[in-house]
Amino acid sequence: MLEAAELECERGARTLFRAVSFVLAQGELLRVAGANGSGKTSLLRILCGLARPSAGEVRWKGQPIASLKEDYARELVYIGHAPAVKDDLTPRENLEIACRLSGRPARSEALAEALARLRVPDLPVRKLSQGQRRRAALARLLVSEAPLWLLDEPFATLDAQGISLLNDLLEKQVEGGGAVVYTTHQEAGIRSTRVVDLGRGA
Amino acid sequence: MLAVARAVVQRDLLLALRRRSDVATALLFFVIVASLFPLGVGAEPNLLRSIAPGVIWVAALLSSMLSLGRLFAADHADGTLEQMLLGAAPLGVVVTAKGLAHWLVSGLPLVAIAPLIALQYDLAPGLYGVLALSLLLGTPVLSLIGAIGAALTLGLRGAGVLLALLVLPLYVPVLILGAGAVEMAGAGLGPEGQLLLLGALLVLAAAFSPWAIAAALRISME
Repeated sequence: MLEAAELECERGARTLFRAVSFVLAQGELLRVAGANGSGKTSLLRILCGLARPSAGEVRWKGQPIASLKEDYARELVYIGHAPAVKDDLTPRENLEIACRLSGRPARSEALAEALARLRVPDLPVRKLSQGQRRRAALARLLVSEAPLWLLDEPFATLDAQGISLLNDLLEKQVEGGGAVVYTTHQEAGIRSTRVVDLGRGA
Repeated sequence: MLAVARAVVQRDLLLALRRRSDVATALLFFVIVASLFPLGVGAEPNLLRSIAPGVIWVAALLSSMLSLGRLFAADHADGTLEQMLLGAAPLGVVVTAKGLAHWLVSGLPLVAIAPLIALQYDLAPGLYGVLALSLLLGTPVLSLIGAIGAALTLGLRGAGVLLALLVLPLYVPVLILGAGAVEMAGAGLGPEGQLLLLGALLVLAAAFSPWAIAAALRISME
């Protein structure tokens, strides 16, 4: 499904990584490993189309993502470093807006169920802890049917129960024929089918 | 596509509702700046009448700029802007919706209260409508042009001042036409020419600024 060809990323004058290539098929879980500053986040941003690689190309089902644009964006869920939830809204409102932005119907039962499953309280996000914010962001995974998930440090700030819940989600997504790319610098409790190691950083 | 645009407008209006103080600050700023002039230049009616259009328009310009900094910065900081870039609609549609929401919150109230402010300047009775109409046509242009600047200065240090330096010169045509319309009407010459030109500016801005804003955002987000 997702294909990275000879990706290279430069930040300022230094090269973060070069010649990163992989093919991700259905049902695969790819872990991007590497030290702090090795370009894990940059790679993920390139994969979802937020940033452009200085060389190489990302292809989705054989077509370059630069030419697919929104058609590609509809196929993926990206959860970045910042949880992308608004402080002034409740998790429920945040989730509803995220659904509508990505062009998916926001059924209120589905929203409530997703948040209940992740145990996110119905308070304005500003009153939530970092871990709860992360959970509110991860709720987007439960309400989407996108085949590709791109997750930047999804395990950060989660407690043990949250980690095992997320592991379940990842397994289900992979079993259902989806694909996941995630970054982490700690060993997670789930077995990845593929690992891209960006090394020790520049 | 329109569903996404509606979602963005609703979201921004809801956020403005939750942060009413931000909206009120920009409006109060407009009221206070426009009220300082009669106090500063004295209560000579003829002088006040002649400076009224220009002063009110300059106050509107400054007030509209005050809220521009927040247009993308907050969404940038919490990551929601990235999600908009990855939304189901082209970025041009999303930013137009954001510009519209910005105008509804910061421009439209100006149109409503400007005639009240103009009372302080003892504007001739027929000119209140012209003033409101010129603001109605001009303030959306301010929001759209301002959004280009806000997108370009996103994430920069000292973005606020840079934004002012970047955007205020671009506001000049709107200022000249807007204040000019009221002056022409006051001189009995009819404001139609200026108002039509303002309308043309609005059409032009609505057609081209979405792409400029989208391109600027993509550069800033890399």
